Amino acid sequence: MRYLPHSDEEIKQMLETIGVSSIEDLFASIPQSHRFSGTLPLPEPMDEWSIKNLFDDMLWGSSDPYDALVGAGAYFHIVPEAVWHVVSRSEFMTAYTPYQPEVSQGTLQAMFEFQTMVSELMGLEVANASLYDGATALGEAVLMAHRLLKGKRRTVLVSRALHPLYLKTLLTYVHSVADIRVKWLEWDPETGATTVPAEVDGDVFAIAVGYPNFFGVVEDLAVFADAAQAAGAHLIASVPDPALLSVLESPGRLGATIAVGEGSGLAGTSGMGGPGLGLMATTRKAIKQLPGRLVGKTVDTEGREGYVLTLSSREQHIRRERATSNICSNQALVALAFAVHVSMLGYDGLHRMTTLGVRKLARVMGILEKIGATRKFTGPVVNEMVIHIPDSRKVLEDLRNMSVYLGIPLDRWLCEEFKDDVLVCTTEVVSDEVIDRIEHVLLG
Amino acid sequence: MELRRGILRREPDIFEIGRKGHVGYSLPGGEGAEPSLPEHLKRSEPPRLPTVTEVEAVRHYTRLSHWNHSVELGMYPLGSCTMKYNPKLHDTLTRMPAFSRMHPMMDDASITEQLELLKNLEDALCAISGFDAVTLQPPAGAAGEFTGLAVIKAALKKRGEADQRIRVLVPDTAHGTNPASVVLNGFKPVSVQTGPEGYLTVDMVREHLDDTIAALMVTNPNTLGIYERELKEIAEEVHKAGGYVYMDGANFNALMGKVRPADIGVDVMHFNLHKTFSTPHGGGGPGAGPVGVTSELEPYLPVPRIVQDGDDYRLDWNREDSIGKVHAFLGNFDVFVRAYAYILEYGHHLETVTERAVLNARYLRARLEDVLEIPYDTDTLHEAVFTDKTLKKETGVTTMDIAKRLLDHGVHPPTVYFPLIVPGAFMVEPTETESKADLDYFVDAVKSIIQEAHENPELVKSAPHTTGIRRLDETRAARKPVLRWTPAPDSNSQ
Repeated sequence: MRYLPHSDEEIKQMLETIGVSSIEDLFASIPQSHRFSGTLPLPEPMDEWSIKNLFDDMLWGSSDPYDALVGAGAYFHIVPEAVWHVVSRSEFMTAYTPYQPEVSQGTLQAMFEFQTMVSELMGLEVANASLYDGATALGEAVLMAHRLLKGKRRTVLVSRALHPLYLKTLLTYVHSVADIRVKWLEWDPETGATTVPAEVDGDVFAIAVGYPNFFGVVEDLAVFADAAQAAGAHLIASVPDPALLSVLESPGRLGATIAVGEGSGLAGTSGMGGPGLGLMATTRKAIKQLPGRLVGKTVDTEGREGYVLTLSSREQHIRRERATSNICSNQALVALAFAVHVSMLGYDGLHRMTTLGVRKLARVMGILEKIGATRKFTGPVVNEMVIHIPDSRKVLEDLRNMSVYLGIPLDRWLCEEFKDDVLVCTTEVVSDEVIDRIEHVLLG
Repeated sequence: MELRRGILRREPDIFEIGRKGHVGYSLPGGEGAEPSLPEHLKRSEPPRLPTVTEVEAVRHYTRLSHWNHSVELGMYPLGSCTMKYNPKLHDTLTRMPAFSRMHPMMDDASITEQLELLKNLEDALCAISGFDAVTLQPPAGAAGEFTGLAVIKAALKKRGEADQRIRVLVPDTAHGTNPASVVLNGFKPVSVQTGPEGYLTVDMVREHLDDTIAALMVTNPNTLGIYERELKEIAEEVHKAGGYVYMDGANFNALMGKVRPADIGVDVMHFNLHKTFSTPHGGGGPGAGPVGVTSELEPYLPVPRIVQDGDDYRLDWNREDSIGKVHAFLGNFDVFVRAYAYILEYGHHLETVTERAVLNARYLRARLEDVLEIPYDTDTLHEAVFTDKTLKKETGVTTMDIAKRLLDHGVHPPTVYFPLIVPGAFMVEPTETESKADLDYFVDAVKSIIQEAHENPELVKSAPHTTGIRRLDETRAARKPVLRWTPAPDSNSQ
């Protein structure tokens, strides 16, 4: 085996040094009654070439994937080749968590810069070095808000217009904590925006809404912030694609005290839904309850600036059962890809990327209107929205036959009432040629 | 101007490198359009992001990379972390368009081949561990713990015993994530003392068993590298008391082909695909923490489950007892691609991985035993834990000092100060991919440091001396946290 660097002679020498006569002797501490005696029921070992062919044969390599006009929590962006090359460097890819800072400054400084970028985009003072994905980040945010109010309040108001799979994840998180109650905020059937609660009582510790929500509708965070503030509660904004923060006001400025999000789209890892990249930012005074890793700047014994993992007294390896979370890692490599890409884009690039998507969505909508499609909701959107397409099943199938995947039919993910309603997203990856093809298929 | 150290170059934060007007992106042409938004929801002040060219960005990050140690530079013997070599083929496979350009919410027929890969991986993990079902969804080991314990809680609820069974026994050698996950699931952790030989004994566990027990959460081999030889009897007792046995699979690299946890009475176990099944650790993630369970607990696994219908694969969402979801989508997909390819390459010879991992660890132990103290005499498997107790008394040199001095030898230190029950623990896990020459180099480095500790302790205590940066002031970092870049007041770089 090319990954096992032992000759027979070396194995013999090593066994001698250990003082045993065979490999089998090394396992003497395992009682016979525990031992598995057969051969593992797995196939014959394969060589590299055959594995590659197998992947190709199963169509994983050779199939021509769809041109997808799909967002729904996993957004596709154009990611420059340079990002892959930087991330593929052994020094980043095959390093562990930077517990020895003297030989981990590369990862540490990159994470410090990542934290800055997230903090700038979200408009909040501090950001952590990432969580698993947008859904678990939302779950952690609710638990964090609960702790911030010392666990004395029990109710969280949650928008039902958040991503349905985020809601399923959130429920798993809060069900684990016995004394949290979820109350739903319904969406307005006209606008698609979440209904602002008439009154927020003193038992509410947080309000959580999407920004934009699952329907692509931009929630008016300012109104929710007023409602939350009046009750002394936190406002949690969940941002499905931070690229949009180049055109949308930052959650922090609108009054959100915790902002979470999903960065895998900009990192280029959103294919098949992950690895995700959970983003989380908050105010400085909430740091002690912030879950996840944090990198801070300090100096070495000679006064030179450097970076370390810090405030680890919040974390499980120090605090064990009293930790803010059980999380023991971050999505470092995905966070690095995000940072490299965002640094190459800058604000101008993010803005251009987003506005290209806005224009493309208008063009797609123009085409669909000609076959009788209408907007489902009237609320403001950026590059994603729900479109009611008559006889949508056939329309989508015709397009699929031409390699175009137009949106996610919502009846499968929400309820029957959404029959023929399709969630369509156009980022900059949707080329004009693809839209031409849509036009050709639908209008001839 | 400060001179470089060889090729190491001190890099300013990327925010200070660029200049207004530098462009690093190349996007398709055509008109953009502003979205139509209420005025107060439009961005009022642009985020202060870097403005760099591609050249500036690539140089910046490449220079930063030079400051990192990595598996591909040399040995990285962190105990409990299983830092093995990661096959290059896997990087290529993860970038196939059929993975990178498909969406997890597409209809099942459009992603059936991708689901087939996941099902094949689940089946392989079942074969290796003896469990009846596996979910791949948890995105890390700690998330696997959370999931496994949530499954236990759901099963107890179904039995109508969730209110009564609230205690989870956690040995004092456990990873910090174990008690934290127990709490996150609303259980109470109860610490169980490790026996005098470095493993749990039936008698010591039995004392804690009554009708308030939800589970025992045990790492096997434990974090001392010692096999839990009484686990089978312990599992019987826990079952008799009405509880479940959870096994933390962080150290599964010691068991492949030798022990199938389900065979010895384990009900739930999480795998760390990034450890045992070789995913690069990426500076801290992503990993994956699939969970295997017995058929009794299968109904509670997260949705969706991947099911086979003839030649097709689909997602089953309709499972009323499921705990729900633990990740927005299917989990960290590219980790699955890597793990599956890894299993294909070794096939039924996977046990060779375990044999060589144990051979390497035992060899290191044998060679270091005469200079470093071992806290337990018992045989170990894939890792070895030493203590600085005597050395510290004789020379004042601690485990941390040895760790820092190892950096001067170009070797990454082992895990230090864990497990907590060993004073000044020095926990070495070489993995199977290190050669005898690499191991000998490590042993010689440790031996020379111990000699220095006796002859010139100051040299060791002030290490490292050759790294680009020296020991960092962690107290200052925590007392006055600087967690992001901020522009200097007179900065005009933006």
